[in-house]
Amino acid sequence: MKRMIGHSLIGVALALMLAGPAAAADKVSDGVVKIGVLTDLSGIYSDLAGEGSVVAANMAVKDFGGTVLGKPIQVIKGDTQNSKADIAANIARKWYDDDHVDAIVGLVATNVALAGMEVGKQRHKITLVVGAASLPITDQKCEPWNVHWIYDTYSLAVGTGRALVEKGYKNWFFITANYQFGKSLQHDTTEVIDAGGGKVVGSVLAPFPTRDFSSFLLKAQSSGAQVIGLANAGSDTINAVKQAAEFGIMGSKQIVAPLLLFISDVHSLGLKTAQGMYLTTGFYWDRNKESREWSKRFFDTFSKHRMPTMVQAGVYSATLNYLRAVKAAGTDDSDAVMKQLKSMKISDPVIQKGHIRADGRLIHNMYLVQVKKPSESKYPWDYYKIVSTIPGDQAFLPANKSVCPLIKQPYHYGK
Amino acid sequence: MAVFQWLGISPFGLMAQLLLGLINGSFYAILSLGLAIIFGLLNVINFTHGTLYMMGAYIAWVLLTHFGVNYWWALLLCPLIVGIIGMLIERFLLRRLYQLDHIYGLLLTFGLALVIEGLFINWFGVSGDNYDVPSQLSGGARLSFMYLPYYRIWVIAISLLVCFATWYVIERTRLGSYLRAATENPRLVQAFGINVPLMLTLTFGYGVALAALAGVLAAPVQAITPVMGANTIIVVFAVVVIGGMGSIMGAIVSGIVLGIIEGLTKVFYPVGSAVVIFVIMAIVLLLRPGGLFGRER
Repeated sequence: MKRMIGHSLIGVALALMLAGPAAAADKVSDGVVKIGVLTDLSGIYSDLAGEGSVVAANMAVKDFGGTVLGKPIQVIKGDTQNSKADIAANIARKWYDDDHVDAIVGLVATNVALAGMEVGKQRHKITLVVGAASLPITDQKCEPWNVHWIYDTYSLAVGTGRALVEKGYKNWFFITANYQFGKSLQHDTTEVIDAGGGKVVGSVLAPFPTRDFSSFLLKAQSSGAQVIGLANAGSDTINAVKQAAEFGIMGSKQIVAPLLLFISDVHSLGLKTAQGMYLTTGFYWDRNKESREWSKRFFDTFSKHRMPTMVQAGVYSATLNYLRAVKAAGTDDSDAVMKQLKSMKISDPVIQKGHIRADGRLIHNMYLVQVKKPSESKYPWDYYKIVSTIPGDQAFLPANKSVCPLIKQPYHYGK
Repeated sequence: MAVFQWLGISPFGLMAQLLLGLINGSFYAILSLGLAIIFGLLNVINFTHGTLYMMGAYIAWVLLTHFGVNYWWALLLCPLIVGIIGMLIERFLLRRLYQLDHIYGLLLTFGLALVIEGLFINWFGVSGDNYDVPSQLSGGARLSFMYLPYYRIWVIAISLLVCFATWYVIERTRLGSYLRAATENPRLVQAFGINVPLMLTLTFGYGVALAALAGVLAAPVQAITPVMGANTIIVVFAVVVIGGMGSIMGAIVSGIVLGIIEGLTKVFYPVGSAVVIFVIMAIVLLLRPGGLFGRER
């Protein structure tokens, strides 16, 4: 008798197990959960995002188990060719409308992110922005189906700006790239400097891109500022740092503070030139055991054998947590998944103790790091010393300063 | 003194900025010289020039990091290697287009530039690579008005030397006179027993070798990236147009002068420094369509 009960229990359990996914499967649209990695695969952002982002997304799918709610997960990729907003919008439209894509992750430049977000918003579809930096993504331009992962201009400004002012570096001179990103970076940092009792003694708007910064550096040198803040990115920052070293600024009393520098940039600058600089990052591969193990797996999987940038790591985290939210919500319906994402803790090898605010901002710890001297670097990619951890509630724009309407009136997901 | 106060810069500061302008100008001069020679003697608008400049820098980097070949050898080898690549391009591709309109040469070289740039992005990535200043030239002189890196002095010296030597050969020697004659009337020159096709190939090779030399000179002072050429070449084209398409002296002088003007714009109106050369180009084209030193064709 006992045995019979046992058998029937097993039978019931089996039936439940089979029925469970079958019931949930109805809630997965088109029988597949499809994630589109929309990133710069061929242009100037292809080292900091590019193919590495696709690798990261695939790793997340694999780590998650390859299926969700009994249905397969698929990753597809698209190229925004540098930062062409029209191309990004066209791909996003096609993906959502014809190719059954459920969420787009990536969107590396601000114009591309805003274009992709607009397409998503019209369709109530999810975008996970990882790479673009401008604050308006979750401020003036915030919308309910978007999450901004890993970093933004505000967090960079707070990280580097505040820390240096606190260390006594109060007088600043800015070399700023003459476009939206550069200007908002300077603006955000200036607020932090002013608040800390520091002063901006001068600034110069450099055309984008600039090959030779020596004129600007000379101006900065003679301004008497303690810090030369570089509100630019990519090859502009690399050229400026390289020429600062050439003109004897590096290693002098004056310090150079690049406000946005990826580990791929440090890799190409070399420690000899980059040593001693402070910068802010949302992820460093060698921070703890978990991040180290994950990054080494990334390094081995990625055909170019490079350690992940914070953007690539962010794509992993965004994809993984999206899938967790789909599973917990029991459906890939955008509203249900967003509701789940905004109510759950974000925790993985990349992000610790994170959560997503009503405006779509991922709040998590940022790190102020200093580039190591060549003699301190013990193994490949051993580039940073973590100077301090900036807690999430201090690293990002406080909710009471945000102009995003979702902060005061969170969106009610579900029809 | 009042003038300087009004300008918001000290006389020493101005001197330093002029010097920096001169350094950039000598870069422009050596690049625009190569373009001018190629246009003047082959009538080809060479859009691969920027790409071959980038290639010069990359070859120097590869030689150093993978083969341990130092800067001084690179200075010799890179122009040689790129020159040979250029001659192959001329011999097998460009030569077929000489009978056609200029525009075909332009389109071919433009397409080629995109292909080469794409390949380099694929091989090397976009964030660039670092090339240290050679140890013999590291450091700098502490002048009363600025810190002047020795490397920059070297760049001025070698650029001016190469530019004027080239000018001398083309304008003042027998070989140069053959070259010039061959562009005026290739058939007649050939009738004198001179191998004109070979001469054109060598000229193209020399022109692009100059680009590669500029690439090696630039390698220690800026990020070596696959797009470094594309960012520079448009300005250099404007320099050549201002100097007068095909004019050797025009290319050298306008390169240097425009470098200085650009440098001054960086001081007094930084945001305008990216466009100042193009504004000058527009004005020159309106007033003297043939360029400052050019003949109207």
